[in-house]
Amino acid sequence: MAMLEIKDLQVYYGMIQAIKGISFEVNEGEVIALIGANGAGKTTILHTVTGLLSPKKGQVIFENKDITKIPAHKIVSLGMAHVPEGRRVFAELSVYQNLMMGAYTRKDKGEIQQTLETVYKRFPRLEERKNQLAGTLSGGEQQMLAMGRALMSRPRIILMDEPSMGLSPILVNEIFDIIQSVSASGTTVLLVEQNAKKALSIADRAYVLETGRIVTSGDAHALLEDPAIKKAYLGE
Amino acid sequence: MSLLSYLINGISLGSVYAIIALGYTMVYGIARMLNFAHGDVIMVGGYAALTMMLSYNANPLVAVLAAIVVCTVLGIVIEAVAYRPLREAASPLAVLITAIGVSYLLQNVVLLVFGPNPKSFQSVIPFPDLKLADGALNISAETIVTIASCIVIMIVLTTFINKTKAGQAMLAVSEDKGAAQLMGINVNGTIALTFAIGSGLAAVAGVLLCSSYPSLSPYTGSMPGIKAFVAAVFGGIGSIPGAMIGGIILGIIEILGKAYVSSQLADAIVFAVLIIVLLVKPTGLLGKKIQEKV
Repeated sequence: MAMLEIKDLQVYYGMIQAIKGISFEVNEGEVIALIGANGAGKTTILHTVTGLLSPKKGQVIFENKDITKIPAHKIVSLGMAHVPEGRRVFAELSVYQNLMMGAYTRKDKGEIQQTLETVYKRFPRLEERKNQLAGTLSGGEQQMLAMGRALMSRPRIILMDEPSMGLSPILVNEIFDIIQSVSASGTTVLLVEQNAKKALSIADRAYVLETGRIVTSGDAHALLEDPAIKKAYLGE
Repeated sequence: MSLLSYLINGISLGSVYAIIALGYTMVYGIARMLNFAHGDVIMVGGYAALTMMLSYNANPLVAVLAAIVVCTVLGIVIEAVAYRPLREAASPLAVLITAIGVSYLLQNVVLLVFGPNPKSFQSVIPFPDLKLADGALNISAETIVTIASCIVIMIVLTTFINKTKAGQAMLAVSEDKGAAQLMGINVNGTIALTFAIGSGLAAVAGVLLCSSYPSLSPYTGSMPGIKAFVAAVFGGIGSIPGAMIGGIILGIIEILGKAYVSSQLADAIVFAVLIIVLLVKPTGLLGKKIQEKV
């Protein structure tokens, strides 16, 4: 049984159909990559899964529960966190306050404190800068904050949208190492990336999107060797 | 000595503007809209308190609390009925025009119910005036209570925003509604709470204003409303300390203008100062430059 199941999803922006009937699934413990060019619909899919957009047709099923019509603010407490494209940290709040926003729906102060310590352990730089305003952090630090903030809700699945965007190659490696370690600690990962090579190298399976449709899918390492994929997405 | 007394009166009038401006600035900061009906909520607060005192013989404190309840509910209803359906509207002008419509609606409903004649408002403050320096400096109890209320409101509101979860949620919503939703924050609920707080404060401002200037008509709210809006812009719209500072400076300028220049020109001076401030610093005194996302 899949942890997250997307069935025949169709999403429109006004008259324009951005997602033209997409189905895929994410099993518990997997790292799934959605890759594709700009405008393929990757971000739209994530926004629809977490309720920021509503589909015209189709279903989003999470842990056997139909969450298609559940509003965005009720998604996180179900165990699903979303690290949005462009980080979207709260620039005017401190690093610590941003992290606490991640635990907004949680009640137990003692447990929140424990999660905070594990997040600080994973991202020591966030602890060093906990009183700094998030807007003053570098791009890489903001990405770490956005991930740490999502982890504060103790999600069972984490959706990450272009985590490597705009980062230097060294930071890209660092971010992908973190994604792997998040996965190793038991959190399922749905990763949207333009950096297809990197994404495929850490994913279990992948789906390739083109203008709102899935054109290829399969084992990530097999896709990495696929000549057509190499030509179109890996620049080889 | 007279300068000192003008200054105190200016701070008192400015405190009323500041309390009203908080409503403008919080709603703008969180819902990104200008609620031009806010001034009229003040007037409704005045009528609510007056009705409680005259028709139900309520003691002044009960009347003030009743006014706060009435305005808080009114604010929540206005937001839910008139503004929320337009939040996703293509043009931000839609909600602005609606706000002007709500303003006229409130004025005319009150006109219908209470009639056009100004009512004399009995002060809700039962204390005697304070006489200092052998009677040379006379400070009314209304003045003192108004200034004290403003300080208390400022402290409580700042603490609420910085120390409570709901307050932090407000800050998050004001920065990024989408990201706030992803944190589990109910954006509609947070905006409704903002309207509730702003309107409750408007009731306090209304009662304080009418206690110092004891005449109440359906149009009582419009001028203070506009001045408080000026104060909010002056201090930097969206900024809570900005609204307080803007309000108080505006009150002082108005009273000093009345005393030393001309009582007819006082309002013109207030608006001229606004224009100058905006020319020099378009974001207002404490306003931040809002970076549009590309």
